[in-house]
Amino acid sequence: MMSAKEKARIQKNFEEKMDYDELMNCTRCGFCLPTCPTYIESGKDELHSPRGRIALMKGVVDGLIEPDEDVKRSIDLCLGCRACEPVCPSGVNFGHLLEQARDAIYQTNDQSFPEKAMRGFFFNQLFPYQNRMIGAVGLLGFYQRSGLQKLTRSVGILNLFPDTMRMMEKVLPEVPKRKEMKERPSHLASIGKQQKKVAFFSGCLMDTIFQSTNDATTKLLQYAGCEIVIPKMQSCCGALHGHSGEQDRAREMAKRNIEAFEVAKIDYIITNAGGCGAFLVDYAHLLKDDPEWHERAVAFSNKIKDITQILIELEFDKQPLQLEHQIITYQDSCHLKNGQKTFNEPRQLLQAIEGVQFVEMHDAGHCCGSAGIYNLVESDMSMQILDYKMEQTKQTNAKTVVTTNPGCLLQMKLGIEREGLSDKMDAVHIVELLIEAYENGRK
Amino acid sequence: MISTTIKDQFDLIVGEENIEVRPAMLHAYSYDATPGFQSMPDCVVSPRSAKEVSKIVKICHEHKIPIVPRGSGTNLSGGTTPLQGGVVILFKHMDQILEIDEENLTMTVQPGVITAEVIAAAEEKGLFYPPDPGSMHISQIGGNISENAGGLRGLKYGVTRDYVMGLEVVLPNGDIIQTGGKLAKDVAGYDLTRLIVGSEGTLGLVTEATLKLIPKPETKKTALALFDDLETSAKAVSSIIANRIIPATLEFLDQQTVQVVEDYAQIGLPTDVGAVLLIEQDGPPEVVERDMARIAEICRECHAIDVQIAKTAEEAEALTSARRTALSALSRVKPTTILEDATVPRSKIAEMVREIETIAKKYALTICTFGHAGDGNLHPTCLTDARNKEEMALVEQAFEEIFHKAVELGGTITGEHGVGAMKLPYLHLKVGEAGINVLQSIKAAIDPNNIMNPEKVFTQSERNRVVI
Repeated sequence: MMSAKEKARIQKNFEEKMDYDELMNCTRCGFCLPTCPTYIESGKDELHSPRGRIALMKGVVDGLIEPDEDVKRSIDLCLGCRACEPVCPSGVNFGHLLEQARDAIYQTNDQSFPEKAMRGFFFNQLFPYQNRMIGAVGLLGFYQRSGLQKLTRSVGILNLFPDTMRMMEKVLPEVPKRKEMKERPSHLASIGKQQKKVAFFSGCLMDTIFQSTNDATTKLLQYAGCEIVIPKMQSCCGALHGHSGEQDRAREMAKRNIEAFEVAKIDYIITNAGGCGAFLVDYAHLLKDDPEWHERAVAFSNKIKDITQILIELEFDKQPLQLEHQIITYQDSCHLKNGQKTFNEPRQLLQAIEGVQFVEMHDAGHCCGSAGIYNLVESDMSMQILDYKMEQTKQTNAKTVVTTNPGCLLQMKLGIEREGLSDKMDAVHIVELLIEAYENGRK
Repeated sequence: MISTTIKDQFDLIVGEENIEVRPAMLHAYSYDATPGFQSMPDCVVSPRSAKEVSKIVKICHEHKIPIVPRGSGTNLSGGTTPLQGGVVILFKHMDQILEIDEENLTMTVQPGVITAEVIAAAEEKGLFYPPDPGSMHISQIGGNISENAGGLRGLKYGVTRDYVMGLEVVLPNGDIIQTGGKLAKDVAGYDLTRLIVGSEGTLGLVTEATLKLIPKPETKKTALALFDDLETSAKAVSSIIANRIIPATLEFLDQQTVQVVEDYAQIGLPTDVGAVLLIEQDGPPEVVERDMARIAEICRECHAIDVQIAKTAEEAEALTSARRTALSALSRVKPTTILEDATVPRSKIAEMVREIETIAKKYALTICTFGHAGDGNLHPTCLTDARNKEEMALVEQAFEEIFHKAVELGGTITGEHGVGAMKLPYLHLKVGEAGINVLQSIKAAIDPNNIMNPEKVFTQSERNRVVI
């Protein structure tokens, strides 16, 4: 239970932090309801709909209701997938409202200790420091390679963790050696005629657990005619912080990245993680009240491009791309689609691959339930959403499920594992499929 | 307030999990899509069957507790706001399509089915359920029935009323009645089906409906026509109909709406045009072909600046984007969007739109008009800010004048959104004092305790001005 004092503090925070104009922009038409995964999965509970959440936020600011446990629950249960944004006639930026509300709640909330410890560990100790990410993931690699993994699995230590965590542990990719992780070059020349000079945003998770995805991405850029710089000083994008009410921390990271990418004269900054990309595009908003940084943030945000966007721009889909016959389907990354408005490009690339049959999944734009660390902290709802997603995936009879974001990739792998389909189906990041198709096509 | 004893009785009927009294939950059901109306219910109940609904209603009847039925809460006249508190009844558990009868061409549904699902289920069988209100992707069929919802296809195919053949209704005393059925002809007693359709939840709760389906039209074609001024476009509308062509859709945007749409969507509309018509025809290919050619000819005879007929589905999609984005574009200009639905005979459209322009100027307001030109159902849309109390007072005066004018031209104060709470003070303009007396007598006969959606359509107390 929340104390009266805490409620008063949250209430005051709401007044200070919420953008009232944006709250007013919601006309309550309800067009967002059918797109909201938590509204649908909660059995059409208005409390867990975008319109309901905005009404609660406004109700708290207006003093009509107290910011009680139910209000907090409603804000917590939101995936932040932003599927409500493209369908909103008034163009309400729900993502921003959600961040403000979480900021208002969590800046004062007396969290339970494990929750606080977990948040503190993830947000303050791990993600901001690439060294530590490498260290932590290195440990994970050691754990996987040393046989400890086998041991813990047989002993059942992992049974102490929630189911999702246990399953997740199974689908984590093989982690590269610590030495390999540290050795990324800071400059790569294009292969063939140079068309663009780009900087690569390597990301914290992407450059550790998903290093092979990053390698495939830079390789594709090289093939497409890009000279690449990879600034050493870059850090995590801050999305997980921003989405979880750690705005100040997110701003610090934004500044670090803006600075890191100002060094080189480049056409674009390339990302391969929909979640990061959408947050990087939003730096301009994140730093809007900071006169010293705002303009620099705008310049930074304007340069962000997803790997699929630049590949289409450089007509990579006209290159010979070839794979052995199989059905493939695509699961939209919510933030690539709703945040960066990029949904045609991945499909265009996949449809350009000869030999494969692309089957569009029903409701491909519906969140898979990954949503950052949502699948760990809101496991039940996440799995319910994933079950729906897997139903749609199975309908396509696909052998390969293509994703454009690491969170989605792991979640889809988890879904495949849960359904017992790992011998028939696999999930991959789009770049891995494209690099294979390209190298095949040139044979 | 609802006492613990009554809540306990509800508990026994629907189970604890289907009753909500927590403040956040009540707050989430305190509004609909109407700006300026908000009021907390005392309790939210989600029954699973007509029987459960009946039991709940009986208790409310006995204790004179107000009941507000609610679908997805997309109402635009304040009809689903619980102005006197009481019980909000949700139909989220009653959301099944019970039967599609391909011999009698009917579909039997529970009230919680989403309208778009009704349409899709019909189309899967090569059948057609025409009513397509703007909110069809989220609105529930029960709400459509209670509000007698319209849509874009009203001109050719009619509205919800024309597709409701039979109902199961829980009356305010808890009795369950069946009206109509799978019958084209049925004159046994008063037509209670039609009485319930559009009664805005003031006479009973619809718990099941039998809908009429028709064969699905084979093809569809779309055209867009641009006009220099309003009068010529209106002439084209009249002329199309006078030539014995009834298009499936005949939509209209005025100059201001075109300007706002183009500012927002940049789809290449010339912003100096006086009016835009979006025209669709459906049916057998040869008929559609012939009608569209004739429609284009008529538009040109009426001095259209340009007429484009879509050759492909993609082109059709592009042409309809202007009309589809109208509401989005308008909603983004100012925080508060007040969407009205004054309706006039189609021959009076130009006159009505001109009058709306004059009224907007008089009160220095921004009112853009678009809507269903074919059936005279206009959507004068005021772009304002609910926080500006002075302007809101002017908005109310302006709409009052618009309603007066619409009725004067032989029209009505509301074509498809319902009277609800928002237009309650103006109902007498349309139906007269004697008309209100009849409505009140019917209401008193069926709902003597006035528990069903009170303070909607008309008030039992003295008429008071609505505060927007």
